[in-house]
Amino acid sequence: MFYRENGQFKTTYKEDQQIFPITQDRIGVLLLIAFAFIGVPMLADEYMLRAILIPFLILSLAALGVNILVGYCGQISLGSGAFMAVGAYAAYNFFVRIDGMPLILAVLMGGFFATLVGMFFGIPSLRVKGLYLAVATLAAQFFCDWAFLRIKWFTNDSASGTASVADLQVFGMPINTPFEKYTFCLAFLVVFGLLAKNLVRSAIGREWMAIRDMDVAAAVIGIRPMYAKLSAFAVSSFIVGVAGALWAFVYLGSWEPAAFSVDRSFQLLFMVILGGMGSIMGSFFGAAFIVVLPIIINLVLPSLGAVVGVEVSTAALTHAEQMIFGALIVWFLIVEPHGLAKLWSVGKQKLRLWPFPH
Amino acid sequence: MKIRSLMMAVAVAATGLTSAVVTTSAQAQAKEQFFPVLPYRTGAYAPNGVPWANGYADYLKVINARDGGINGVKISFEECDTAYATDRGVECYERLKGKSQGAIFQPLSTGITFALTEKAPNDKNSLITGGYGRSESSDGQVFKWNFPLMGTYWSGADIIMQHITKKEGGNIKGKKIALVYHDSPYGKEPIPLLQERAKMQGFDLQLLPVTAPGVEQKATWLQVRQARPDYVLLWGWGVMNSAALKEAVATGYPREKMYGVWWSAAEPDVKDVGEAAKGYNGLVVTGEGGKIIADIKTHVHGKKTGTGPVEEVGSTLYNRGMVSAALAVEGVRQAQTRFGKGKVMTGEQIRWGLENLTLDQKALDKLGLGTVMKPLSTSCLDHEGSRSARVHTWDGKKWNFTSDWIEADESIIKPLVKQFADKYATEKKLTRRTAADCQS
Repeated sequence: MFYRENGQFKTTYKEDQQIFPITQDRIGVLLLIAFAFIGVPMLADEYMLRAILIPFLILSLAALGVNILVGYCGQISLGSGAFMAVGAYAAYNFFVRIDGMPLILAVLMGGFFATLVGMFFGIPSLRVKGLYLAVATLAAQFFCDWAFLRIKWFTNDSASGTASVADLQVFGMPINTPFEKYTFCLAFLVVFGLLAKNLVRSAIGREWMAIRDMDVAAAVIGIRPMYAKLSAFAVSSFIVGVAGALWAFVYLGSWEPAAFSVDRSFQLLFMVILGGMGSIMGSFFGAAFIVVLPIIINLVLPSLGAVVGVEVSTAALTHAEQMIFGALIVWFLIVEPHGLAKLWSVGKQKLRLWPFPH
Repeated sequence: MKIRSLMMAVAVAATGLTSAVVTTSAQAQAKEQFFPVLPYRTGAYAPNGVPWANGYADYLKVINARDGGINGVKISFEECDTAYATDRGVECYERLKGKSQGAIFQPLSTGITFALTEKAPNDKNSLITGGYGRSESSDGQVFKWNFPLMGTYWSGADIIMQHITKKEGGNIKGKKIALVYHDSPYGKEPIPLLQERAKMQGFDLQLLPVTAPGVEQKATWLQVRQARPDYVLLWGWGVMNSAALKEAVATGYPREKMYGVWWSAAEPDVKDVGEAAKGYNGLVVTGEGGKIIADIKTHVHGKKTGTGPVEEVGSTLYNRGMVSAALAVEGVRQAQTRFGKGKVMTGEQIRWGLENLTLDQKALDKLGLGTVMKPLSTSCLDHEGSRSARVHTWDGKKWNFTSDWIEADESIIKPLVKQFADKYATEKKLTRRTAADCQS
């Protein structure tokens, strides 16, 4: 009833090719973006912004990048953490070595270098696929971990091997308070989200999906596997690299290679699998799930324990978190292998017929 | 069915959240000094993190139980497990910092310390990094909110080198000294000082990194076997330490020639190796328990409110945690002497307290800490307070002190601190604090 699309006629190609062809979707997304920019900063307190929303935004961006590669093009990658690291360190080097380097440009340069590295490590995808490719990209992870730990040049010869930035500003406006940081990340996410959404609907996106579904058939109908695969690696690593730069600059402020370890790669892959492979929306759901769930468990379990009269110790909390997390992942994969995005679309489908399902 | 269970889950989560919110606001109203605790009881470093966390919690409890708080202000505290991961640590910091008007954070991780160093000044929270963290942060004129009390890694490295030099009769020119270190900011911290000393004393420094968490060290010890260094300095943490000792046994490297920093020389590190680790040396900054241990046993563990097993009370890392908590408590107590006894202190007031700590022997004896720690006094210039440690040696069953207190050589460390702090200040576009600022 609320979500009825009959009566919405498209009379021009332009109308038919909008990102969100259904009016309700369009209004919904606009409202959501407006709420994110205006409403959230007014409602959320500092902890909410700094500890939940900022990491959520940045990891969503990273998950978006990984989803393009894994979900849309079917190239399983375990090197996403490495591409984040490349983005972070490249941006860092531009930022500290060139005087007066604008922050946004440095972040984008981070993305650019992540693209180069991503494409380099994407070359094996032309020969190997599936599990073999996952292992090949794992090499990228180990190589980058090694390089950023051992090659002092990357960290501007810092004695302890950590890099740190300060004095962030955009067009003279400082990026210091949680609100400013949140808005900064949100702007990146909105821009890249819309770009990615458009990209996967375009010819190149269809090529990726064709390669994912059946690469031989795709080659037969004239899609160049090399072009499609490498472009997926390029776009994905660019977005992941930007996310890495934001993670380092905006969220951590001071970081070491451990911030982009293989755990991070797994985390990103989980986000894509749980959120929904091959779905832009799914990237956000996955990131929200992985970022928010541990925090909710941490906040809720002690209170629940207090209700029953059990004191939950710090260690028990962390262990419970890991157990609940593991159980939920398995449960989700069994119950809804297409991820949270599928639940979303099922909900939409139901709303379409509501209140008269047939 | 599905929807019902989902509703149930949502309802449960909602009640949980509201009760969490209610309890926190109730805490804020009570007149209590809040101490956030960022320990790790899980993860790869848990064996060493747990005794530290237990000692920390027990000391806060004993202050409440024995003294009724700090001049009447009760202590409340909350733990948030970081698992030694930087991003978790940052999240914990953000979560706990809102619970009071400024507090003291002790992250027990060099990586988290680096990340918080950027954040703490904005929030007016002090960081005590007793025996870890940024070595150059002992320069209080640049690092206003950092307090690496009781020694930095530079002090630690310096003390070990002094001990070795003395053992070798004052001359170690041409000797080969290897640093086997955890390949993280923690492990890399001592390198600048060792390089400085190598230049001065003419020894050959070899740097042998071990990838975190340090279980896999075969390649490193192969290098040790080839190079046969005269001494091995061990900068490990958690499982890396016992793994290193086992590798030393396998390689046939004499344990007597190995020196661990204070994080590499506690009971959990050598227990598994037992007899084989006999002769292994390490630094220790705490002394034997004494009165405080008895107090904790009667007032905390005696009333069944202790944290962790009672047998652990008085072990090396437990004492370390206890002393770390004591420093935080004394910071607040010192602040109260200026800003009003019996009041809850704010972040800026606590910082003043930490910067003007004077814990002489008499004060320590009164607290029951007289035998546990060395007297310490801080100032605007020196945020480190004291920089001395002892060497203790494992005899196969327990640690025995084998040297007197050794003071780190300030003539080497001071210029280095100044140089690195200046570099930090230029990078961050900070200016050194003026004399007027030092008074605040």
